[in-house]
Amino acid sequence: MAFLALRGVAKAFGGRPVLHDVNLTLERGEFVAIVGYSGSGKTTLISLIAGLQRPDAGTLTLNDLEITGPGPDRGVVFQNYSLLPWLTVFENIALAVAQVFPNYAAEKQRQHVEKFIALVNLTPARDKLPRQLSGGMRQRVSVARALALDPQILLLDEPLSALDALTRATLQEEIARIREQEKKTVVLITNDVDEALLLADRIIPLTPGPGATLDESIPVTLGRPRDRKALNHDPEFKRLRALVTGRLLGFGARRRSTVTRSLTLPDILPEDLEAPRTSRNRPLRPHEMKREDIAIVT
Amino acid sequence: MKPFLDAALLGKSYPTASGRPAVIVENFNLKVQRGEFITLIGHSGCGKSTVLSMIAGLTDVTTGGIVLSGREVTGAGPDRGVVFQAPCLLPWLTAFENVMLGIDQVYYTADRRERRQIAEYYLTVVGLGDAMHHRPAELSQGMRQRCGIARAFALSPKMLLLDEPFGMLDSLTRYELQEVLLNLWQKDRKTALMVTHDVDEALFLSDRVIMMTNGPAATVGEILEVKFPRPRSRQQLLEDPAYYALRAQLIGFLEERSHLRPGRPAAATPPPPPARAPRSSLPDFLRRLVPA
Repeated sequence: MAFLALRGVAKAFGGRPVLHDVNLTLERGEFVAIVGYSGSGKTTLISLIAGLQRPDAGTLTLNDLEITGPGPDRGVVFQNYSLLPWLTVFENIALAVAQVFPNYAAEKQRQHVEKFIALVNLTPARDKLPRQLSGGMRQRVSVARALALDPQILLLDEPLSALDALTRATLQEEIARIREQEKKTVVLITNDVDEALLLADRIIPLTPGPGATLDESIPVTLGRPRDRKALNHDPEFKRLRALVTGRLLGFGARRRSTVTRSLTLPDILPEDLEAPRTSRNRPLRPHEMKREDIAIVT
Repeated sequence: MKPFLDAALLGKSYPTASGRPAVIVENFNLKVQRGEFITLIGHSGCGKSTVLSMIAGLTDVTTGGIVLSGREVTGAGPDRGVVFQAPCLLPWLTAFENVMLGIDQVYYTADRRERRQIAEYYLTVVGLGDAMHHRPAELSQGMRQRCGIARAFALSPKMLLLDEPFGMLDSLTRYELQEVLLNLWQKDRKTALMVTHDVDEALFLSDRVIMMTNGPAATVGEILEVKFPRPRSRQQLLEDPAYYALRAQLIGFLEERSHLRPGRPAAATPPPPPARAPRSSLPDFLRRLVPA
């Protein structure tokens, strides 16, 4: 019995097909990473699962109920954090909690919000505004907000791509830790092969658009917890990394067409601009003109 | 052999209100041979871009000096082609016109036809053959960066300086552009210095990786030789067992050793810092960090 199921999902914008015949089934508790090139329709796919957009064809079901609109059963973390700038960390999360759990007493709501602030290690920044936080901290608020709604499934849309490598590594570890703790079903969209290998149970490459679809999935047969450094010596990690990268590079090669153009590069030397301007009206030419035929991939 | 680029005892500090200058880079030494591809790697904020910027002549050095091909670097010039993290194209000019801007300067003795040929050649090689007459706004981030690369190569500089050129791109576009860069570099093996924090990028492109310690007062930590044969293919590298050993060394440095400072030669020891405020005036949380 699939927990999340997409069957024959298609979506087009202005007559241009973005997604075509997307099929995906997810078990409860699974962590799936979808990797693909930018512009291949990854965000459209997440929007469809989140219910922010409706598909042109096909069905999406969560727990056998059709997805017809957004709802608190799916927590979404966006790349741009999407926090309200005039509310503090606490207030941003409390706003969502008050919507989803209106029956909680005020004190229980407060405790609930604080529990999730602590989960992402932000208790010292509880009363700060988003603009007073770094990118990594903002993204943690966004993760805490999504988790505080106790969603059945967590949708992460390139949550870490805007962050620098070091912060990204810290947050990856935090996501892995929270995942162990909360046992949520997760769909992660990413363009980082290492991130997918570190976090997911299964990696599904998205073929490049237009008309993108999901490629065959690759099970990540690595034990948990996964240590970034130890993985580096793991032959299975190396095999998977070469496999996923190769699959993605293969798409890249397929979508290009090769044409050969005859180009001329004049074999002339640049002038020294620090020296006084020369009165010579011809450039220095070390060799005869070179002609070259170049295969260009477009 | 005399190095092509020689940066000796390079240092950069800025004055601060407190009177004690903020030292960004200190005692940085680097010798690069002609035709080498060097990568500077380190955590964000460690000062690696500052080093590059000093070699580009865009930032003044506070101490030490830089000699490029027998001439001291005192300012920016077209003998060093820079590719920035953001491509910095003029928005009202097309990709072609952006590239022509520099070409018209350094090839002023050549005729217009040849100058155009140079721009067309490099723009086509980087894959902008069909889009070279578009303005930056009509190009994707990856295409703008391609234009930035073409602009740097077109001036036929003595040296290429690349400041996290692919940092803003997603990792798959990054793969493509690394290949574009490597293919272009392969043609005449121009001496190149690149700043990055991407371990795989450093291994794929360079001959030597210079690991920088964390700032403030960053300097050269360790140096890694990358001896894979050229031309390189990514797939081949990923399957090479030596690749992961080198990768582990780089990651190990960044995660565990980047805060360690190498032993400093006695002669280069700077004067001791001014006397510190007594311990008792430290806030509580700091005092716990300072060994008794």
